[in-house]
Amino acid sequence: MTPSPERTHADHLTVEVKGVTVAYRNGHIAVEGAGFALEAGSIWALVGVNGSGKSTLFKTIMGLLRPVTGTVRIGGLPVGVARRKSLVAYVPQAEEVDWSFPVSVWDVVMMGRYGRMNFLRIPKAHDKALVEESLRRVGMWEFRQRQIGELSGGQRKRVFLARALAQEGQVILLDEPFTGVDVKTEWAMIELFRALRAEGRILLVSTHNLGSVPEFCDHAIILNRRIIAAGPIEEVFTESILQEAFGGKLRHFRFNESTIQKHDGKAVTVLTDDERPLIFGKGGHLEFSQRTGREEIVQRRRQEEEEDPS
Amino acid sequence: MIESLRVPFEYGYMLKAMGVSALIGGVCALLSCFVTLKGWSLMGDALSHAVVPGVVIAHLLGLPLAGGAFISGLLASVGMGFIRTRTPLKEDAVIGVVFTTFFALGLFLISLNPSGVNLRTIIFGNMLGISDDDLRQVIAIAVGCVVVLALKWRDLVLFCFDPGQAQALGLPVRFLHFLLLGLLSAMAVAAMQTAGALLVVAMLITPGATAYLLTDRFAPMLGLAAVFGAGSGFLGAYASYFFNGSTGGCIVVLQTVCFLCALLFAPKHGMLAGRARRRLAATLTS
Repeated sequence: MTPSPERTHADHLTVEVKGVTVAYRNGHIAVEGAGFALEAGSIWALVGVNGSGKSTLFKTIMGLLRPVTGTVRIGGLPVGVARRKSLVAYVPQAEEVDWSFPVSVWDVVMMGRYGRMNFLRIPKAHDKALVEESLRRVGMWEFRQRQIGELSGGQRKRVFLARALAQEGQVILLDEPFTGVDVKTEWAMIELFRALRAEGRILLVSTHNLGSVPEFCDHAIILNRRIIAAGPIEEVFTESILQEAFGGKLRHFRFNESTIQKHDGKAVTVLTDDERPLIFGKGGHLEFSQRTGREEIVQRRRQEEEEDPS
Repeated sequence: MIESLRVPFEYGYMLKAMGVSALIGGVCALLSCFVTLKGWSLMGDALSHAVVPGVVIAHLLGLPLAGGAFISGLLASVGMGFIRTRTPLKEDAVIGVVFTTFFALGLFLISLNPSGVNLRTIIFGNMLGISDDDLRQVIAIAVGCVVVLALKWRDLVLFCFDPGQAQALGLPVRFLHFLLLGLLSAMAVAAMQTAGALLVVAMLITPGATAYLLTDRFAPMLGLAAVFGAGSGFLGAYASYFFNGSTGGCIVVLQTVCFLCALLFAPKHGMLAGRARRRLAATLTS
């Protein structure tokens, strides 16, 4: 991608949320005293049950809701200023979109450019080039003429991802990006997320699908109206923290308590909410499905095993 | 026979009526696309009634009718917003309460000054008796709306499709909201002369709904709606000469005929096409 002027700010790109409390008109406090800081080049998961304030927090970062107390700054700028620079892009949940609306894939992605166009919103060659590039990046260029309702679940997600790319959003908020997406598309999207991280962007992914989080996120915020934990995934994705966030809403599967006889004596628990299980090893450590890229953790586990071979 | 069909074109007032009805019908049809897609049909109905007190007051004070209508419509929509955010009432109940209040106030004001404004004109419209002064106002409103739409239609499409994205991009969503309300109020007044307060809402919904069934791209939808709106305006006014009947009634009946045709014969969303697809699917699986 050709570097745009905004890209040069990527080094200083941060999302700072300090003491943010958001209340609705009916007095319901959706988020209380939330604080965290996201650094450039990271993928953050925002995890919590329904009603834990995930979407409220999203709307606050986008500037759609104003916090009662506290501040949100993006790249050091207030939300309103960041918004006028089109810094924050949003990939909505499928249910939020009117799929029968008479717009084509191309039209939707072009809407990402509106913040950077002139008064009349007439696309220039540069805008068209960026829309084409974004559509090619998500593999939807061949579908550009389709009306958006004629697409599959995964294709629909990719169109809105392309819109975020065309917007040149440096902070990309994704709401349940893998709902209704097939496994192959999911992997393609994860590859793209990693590429975006390498470009220095910040991705914040709201999800209640715990198992998918360690697959593609490097950091996580665990939310239950308050921030229960925020930090690197190995630190915050522990059994006790998730218990606190999810309460009785998790399914347990303990191998040593289960009917499985040959679990070779290791205390392993499988926690799952819906699709993917989340695996914790001995001592409450998070276990990953793949070792590649996590040699350090494998090494550490081996050492612990040698020190305490119970 | 042919001779008698040409008769309406020989009268200045008929030419005027047909021309203005076509203009109003076309501009209302452009707006109807946004109304249909935004889900504001009930809102359009409400606004077309809520502008009446504003029109009456503006008329009594000798001010431009569009100004009075705009303020009246604005007050009604602000009132609806106010009640909706502060009560657990459903939106349709709020709209129902507010617009009938405004309409009742309008009727009351008219009844206080029977010589000022003609009640029949407001309720049923009077295209054939339009004064040159009103004519100029109506044309000015319609042209103004077309200019605003030409400049801002892309923003309004995004506002209708995804207001969250519009706001995230820093577009003035609140302004766009009131811009669309303002355009609706203004056209409601303009169309009141042609169709009357009772039927204005048809001109602000039906052409857009018809075009929606025929295409799934926005620009063609605008074009088709404008053709239906302008065509039915012109032909409706023309036909009303022969039936010696209400211009508004003729226009709206024509629009309904267009809608019914689209409902039956539309290539993709029409009922016949749907039936054909089901048959095809059945033969393919058997």
